[in-house]
Amino acid sequence: MPRKTMVEAIRDAMDVSMQRDENVVVFGEDVGYFGGVFRCTQGLQQKFGASRCFDAPISELGIVGAAVGMAAYGLRPCVEIQFADYMYPAYDQIVSEAARLRYRSNGQFTAPMVVRMPTGGGIFGGQTHSQSPEALFTHVSGLTTIVPSNPYDAKGLLIAAIEDNDPVIFLEPKRLYNGPFDGHHDRPVMPWARHPQGEVPDGHYTVPLGKAAIRREGIAVTVLAYGTMVFVAEAAVQETGIDAEIIDLRTLVPYDLDTIVASVKKTGRCVIVHEATMTSGFGAELSALVQENCFYHLEAPVVRVAGWDTPYPHAQEWDYFPGPARVGQALKSVMEA
Amino acid sequence: MSSPLSFQVPEPAVRPGGAPDFSDVPISRAGEVRRPPVDVAPEDIRDLAFAIIRVLNRDSEAVGPWAGLLNDAQLLEGLRHMMTLRAFDARMQMAQRQGKTSFYMQHMGEEAVSCAFRMALEPGDMNFPTYRQAGLLIAGGYPMLDMMCQIYSNELDPLKGRQLPVLYSARDHGFFSVSGNLATQYIQAVGWAMASAMKRDTKIAAGWIGDGSTAESDFHAALVFASTYKAPVVLNIVNNQWAISTFQGIARGGSGTFAARGLGFGIPALRVDGNDYLAVHAVAQWAVERARRNLGPTVIEYVTYRVGAHSTSDDPSAYRPKTESDAWPLGDPVLRLKNHLIRRGAWSEDRHKQAEAEILSSVIAVQKEAETHGTLHTGPHPSARDMFEGVFEQMPPHLRRQRQQGGV
Repeated sequence: MPRKTMVEAIRDAMDVSMQRDENVVVFGEDVGYFGGVFRCTQGLQQKFGASRCFDAPISELGIVGAAVGMAAYGLRPCVEIQFADYMYPAYDQIVSEAARLRYRSNGQFTAPMVVRMPTGGGIFGGQTHSQSPEALFTHVSGLTTIVPSNPYDAKGLLIAAIEDNDPVIFLEPKRLYNGPFDGHHDRPVMPWARHPQGEVPDGHYTVPLGKAAIRREGIAVTVLAYGTMVFVAEAAVQETGIDAEIIDLRTLVPYDLDTIVASVKKTGRCVIVHEATMTSGFGAELSALVQENCFYHLEAPVVRVAGWDTPYPHAQEWDYFPGPARVGQALKSVMEA
Repeated sequence: MSSPLSFQVPEPAVRPGGAPDFSDVPISRAGEVRRPPVDVAPEDIRDLAFAIIRVLNRDSEAVGPWAGLLNDAQLLEGLRHMMTLRAFDARMQMAQRQGKTSFYMQHMGEEAVSCAFRMALEPGDMNFPTYRQAGLLIAGGYPMLDMMCQIYSNELDPLKGRQLPVLYSARDHGFFSVSGNLATQYIQAVGWAMASAMKRDTKIAAGWIGDGSTAESDFHAALVFASTYKAPVVLNIVNNQWAISTFQGIARGGSGTFAARGLGFGIPALRVDGNDYLAVHAVAQWAVERARRNLGPTVIEYVTYRVGAHSTSDDPSAYRPKTESDAWPLGDPVLRLKNHLIRRGAWSEDRHKQAEAEILSSVIAVQKEAETHGTLHTGPHPSARDMFEGVFEQMPPHLRRQRQQGGV
């Protein structure tokens, strides 16, 4: 089977979708001629023409607002925000417009659109190229929020997102674009070409929205993670030797409660890991769900490992990043509790 | 040593207690502003962003190059639309005061803008309105019963009680869902128009915004996108002088007019007497033709005056002279069209009085019917179960669980 990087898989998802449906259009900053700063749209303008893939002015509000109008017309825009950190000017269009259009018009108008944005740190991007704003979307009714962790899922989830009839926020962990990253920044990067999840079938397939994946089966403790943290958790499990079950949520909302609950009821312990800041992060929601649904099965308090509640620093990136050592400590703490 | 800096906060000419004064508002004479060809270069009509295109003169004659587009029957239809909107407003305003609904926003003084604009559109064109363009619905033949049921949030509300009164949505009538957040729909209109062009369709879009909301970033994004992609869109700015209590100078700043905002983007910009049905229609038709002929966007500023309160939640006498609307130099749109039709020999005072009575009784009849389906106060309303529908196409498990928890 062909192996692809996450960038190539995401590009392939748009390529396949644009071939299958002429209503799929792609635009954003540097997205057209140049093919995107991360190269996710490389070649699409050449292949499909400038009316299907084009450059936009530097106006995230304009990109998302225009996409809402296009989607209401009947297109399926898949737009790129260059970094999730640049999303804030578009937030009103996402929250007040795209997310509520179906509801407030009683289905007369809908917003079948995808807003893609690279998320997360680990690339020395400082505070404006490293943020993980997923909780700002999961808090909004009407949005589906996705964070893929590997090329296979990224392609299948993005195709599913484009085909979905409601707005989808598609957060791409940029540290995973070229290879799985376990948090050991001082070690050589493994390319996706050497990882089994780099195997990406050609053509059309989907990965269902709203379904988590169990990355590692185990009986000692459940780890809830998504994006880059799936690999960090894998490293922590390997290093501690604790037989954890690692769940990759893939879709944050709608969340896959059944998979979460079944696992925690089995293990009786739960560690939640995300790169975003701790307070009011998505981990708080997960923690509450586990408590509400698994309280009498819990052997230990639920523990969260997350980014500190500071802006994302530059020089102190690896002090901020919740790496395998911190996750390992959390695993040990719930086992000792 | 340099002198201290001074800080400026613009103020309207007059506040409550003062004598209304619009002497500083330059008004072009009817018929004096030229009508350029629709393919004119924007740089050749920069002056039109500062003049006011007017057709009806003081003697109620239609004069100048923008006159002559509408016949008696069309003008009588326009008059009926405006009178209907005014009667509708009066009844709904009263219904709110009677506690039958929570909120209302009337159009008094601005009826010509949306009523006349609608007549320049074709079926399939899409408006992205604000809350003060119900004339688009009335002139477009949308059932008044549906409007009232929306206002009452009753069992027949087409929007199932989810939206504030007057935030209608009517896709089949070219009326995009009104958000309630200001300016957001302006860039969406541009996106819709871009999509129509990308699909080689023939439909155009119209964006709507008020003077105050032009200060929002959405407005500037819309003008950039419309200009860059030459979108087939008409970008309407309704300058009714007041953004709740804030006079238009706060949003306009040092720019001479709102229309002039279009010039920096290379978009042809016209300014029109918003209380002159014939002028509004003529300018709308000019801009619509430009869009339809692939000549790109047009900015139109409608110079008008909000006679009533912003909504049922504010009292204008707290921020402007009570008699200011009487002093407004562009008059009343209904009265002006009525007088023009009389002048043409197509109408009379008696027929007008008769029409007023007929329209009022038909509006009351619809209102009675609407109220048999409930008011916000008495119900019946859309069910609590409906509240959970339509958030997504398919209800996700967490919402299903919440609906169960809610016991509905």
